[in-house]
Amino acid sequence: MAVCKCTGEHVDSPQDLQLMELLGDYRGYDGGLIPVLQGAQEIFGYLPSEVLETISQELTIPFSEVYGVVTFYAQFHLKPRGRNIIRVCLGTACHVRGGSKIFNGLKDILGVGDGGTTEDLRFTLESVACIGACGLAPVIMINDDTHGRLEAVGLDTILEQYA
Amino acid sequence: MGTLKDHRSSIEEQHTKKMERSRIVVGLGTCGIAAGGNKVMAAIRGEVESRGLDVDVDFTSCIGMCYAEPVVEMSLPGAASVVYGGVYPENVAKLIEGHLVNKIPVTDMAEIQVVGAGVPYEGIPVMEKSTYYEKQIRSVTSRLGRTNPERIEDYIATGGYAGIEKALTMEPQEIINEVKISGLRGRGGGGFPTGTKWQFVSDAVGDKKYIVCNADEGDPGAFMDRSILEGDPHAIMEGMMIAGYAIGADEGIIYCRAEYPLAISRLNLAIEKAEAMGILGNNILGSEFNFKIRIKAGAGAFVCGEETALLNSIEGYRGTPRVRPPFPAHKGLWQKPTCLNNVESFANIPFIVRNGGAWYASMGTEKSKGSKVFCLTGNINNTGLAEVPMGITLREIVYDIAGGILEGRKFKAVQSGGPSGGCLPADQLDLPIDYDSLIGAGAMMGSGGLVVMDETTCMVDMARFFLNFTQLESCGKCTPCREGTKRMLEILERICEGLGGPNDIETLERLAKVIKSSALCALGQTAPNPVLTTLRYFRDEYEAHINDKRCPAGLCAELLTFTVNDRCVGCGVCIKACPVNAISGEKKAVHVIDPEACIKCGACVPKCKFDAIVKA
Repeated sequence: MAVCKCTGEHVDSPQDLQLMELLGDYRGYDGGLIPVLQGAQEIFGYLPSEVLETISQELTIPFSEVYGVVTFYAQFHLKPRGRNIIRVCLGTACHVRGGSKIFNGLKDILGVGDGGTTEDLRFTLESVACIGACGLAPVIMINDDTHGRLEAVGLDTILEQYA
Repeated sequence: MGTLKDHRSSIEEQHTKKMERSRIVVGLGTCGIAAGGNKVMAAIRGEVESRGLDVDVDFTSCIGMCYAEPVVEMSLPGAASVVYGGVYPENVAKLIEGHLVNKIPVTDMAEIQVVGAGVPYEGIPVMEKSTYYEKQIRSVTSRLGRTNPERIEDYIATGGYAGIEKALTMEPQEIINEVKISGLRGRGGGGFPTGTKWQFVSDAVGDKKYIVCNADEGDPGAFMDRSILEGDPHAIMEGMMIAGYAIGADEGIIYCRAEYPLAISRLNLAIEKAEAMGILGNNILGSEFNFKIRIKAGAGAFVCGEETALLNSIEGYRGTPRVRPPFPAHKGLWQKPTCLNNVESFANIPFIVRNGGAWYASMGTEKSKGSKVFCLTGNINNTGLAEVPMGITLREIVYDIAGGILEGRKFKAVQSGGPSGGCLPADQLDLPIDYDSLIGAGAMMGSGGLVVMDETTCMVDMARFFLNFTQLESCGKCTPCREGTKRMLEILERICEGLGGPNDIETLERLAKVIKSSALCALGQTAPNPVLTTLRYFRDEYEAHINDKRCPAGLCAELLTFTVNDRCVGCGVCIKACPVNAISGEKKAVHVIDPEACIKCGACVPKCKFDAIVKA
């Protein structure tokens, strides 16, 4: 729940209301935790600890278990993420065709490591095991766009397209 | 609501009419979209509109020729349809002008032609006789690149849902018997006989049973399940329905990895349409049989491809494997008997039921029947998806279908089975591909990824790569996998950095043995395979790294030295290219690289026009 800075009162933000609606669909439903977490991350962009507490209380699942599930799966994030998500494929086919050179090039340009977010929240850099576009290796994905057959030179021009 | 029989003839009639019109079809699988398929689609729509052409514009899934993406197919009434490769927005006008307006195919961009009932063109390879497809068979992939996966009508017009129609007239045990006769073995990699598994679940006692489809394809280098999910979602659903009828289940769940958003959206659409036509839901096709299917999106954990971890994940827990027995066939999802099969296994079922088990068993080898879809990737000319009969040799796949090694380099190894498999060298190229031969050679079928490597790939680095993957994806439940893979990775990293010691190989082998025999699930039990096979076939490379501090493939940076030979003309280009000013020399005199300052980035090598910089 958001807290009002003037009065200290708890205020329901539109996002909180969306979360309550989502929880309504899954209360008393077996195996609902992961779909709820996926939905909550859709709403908030990441999973703040207050949100996890709410989910734990509403689904009557111990907080430790909720946290355990969140940290187990790669898809869930406890910290805010960049506006643009760069996923660098380091699968076998990309590895064989020089994927790590692309990854290192991006690390240098952005000044962040694997899983890091730039200070201006413009980019989050992640490595993934396989995007499934092996025929176009080496490949990166920025948001929903896939860029294939890459070389280490010219990466900055690709990044320029994303504000 | 009429029955499927009432619908079928009108759907088929409409489909035939549609196929007789002038058509442009763009391949929009994930791979086609990645290569720019949507932009090509927009350019085609614009061109068709501005010329006012009477042409249908449609899309399909991945035909399998990833190397030729973006792929566009064009056809005129009564003629063969031509598949063009490497189509970008800038050559759309030329293709439309040539093929559809002037009615002359643009042969220099044509990959293949699909003849069907039409008249073939001269000078374009016919699909069945083309380099890429001649040794393939198209059974489970027969709709890929041929139908629009978002239209149930396309599925029905090509024989879809005839399998469940036939199954509903059979006794459940008859269906299980047909699957047994077919000899189909689990296509997810394990190779367990599907019919036997169905029998276990059928015999298991339980008030409720489940069908679960494992669509958590996570092996790097494997995308056949994605291609089938995106290209023929109804076939998977039909296979699950038949399984449900055969073993007595009324609910199916598809566990699909979240990294495949297009597959999930096409599955959702397919479920919606099948429900609307009374093919899915209660009293299917007027029978007493009820079946519903829902999708569960994974959350990003490789181990969830393991069946018991997958079940835990559906139940909302961490995806850690369970101790077996009890097997899922007896106590699976929510402790109920559960039939769990892979995407490709289910997609084969409608074909087996329609054509009979004996038909399927007529393909393949004695112990591995039927066909298998492989993903060909790595340093080869034709990357893509290929369906081949079991028993074909690696050589036929690498050289005939995949067109050999890139830039004419030398073949070194082919990696089969992903992180659970192994690397096979050139002298194993004549190995027939079937479950048992591959295991005998130390690799495994796995889900079907084949990554081809050439002489520029370092096998120690490859083993390190896979160990890094399994170590990161180890769920941490059992000690051998959690700790063992980490220790093995540390040793491999040390070797790649030139710090390998004399006992390292022996320690690796000992660790591998312990992990294989004591890990809880298949992820751990097979994790050492990439190390064991590279040690078996490429031991000399390990020895070169450890004893001579040399990387024969010239890949492990710490072991490389860069020197300038006397071909240097002293032009100074390399001096400018070096990011750390490690190169010095007078103009027109041979330059020198300071080994202390050199960071071995290799930036100078491609800049030198005289091949004067030697990496060794």
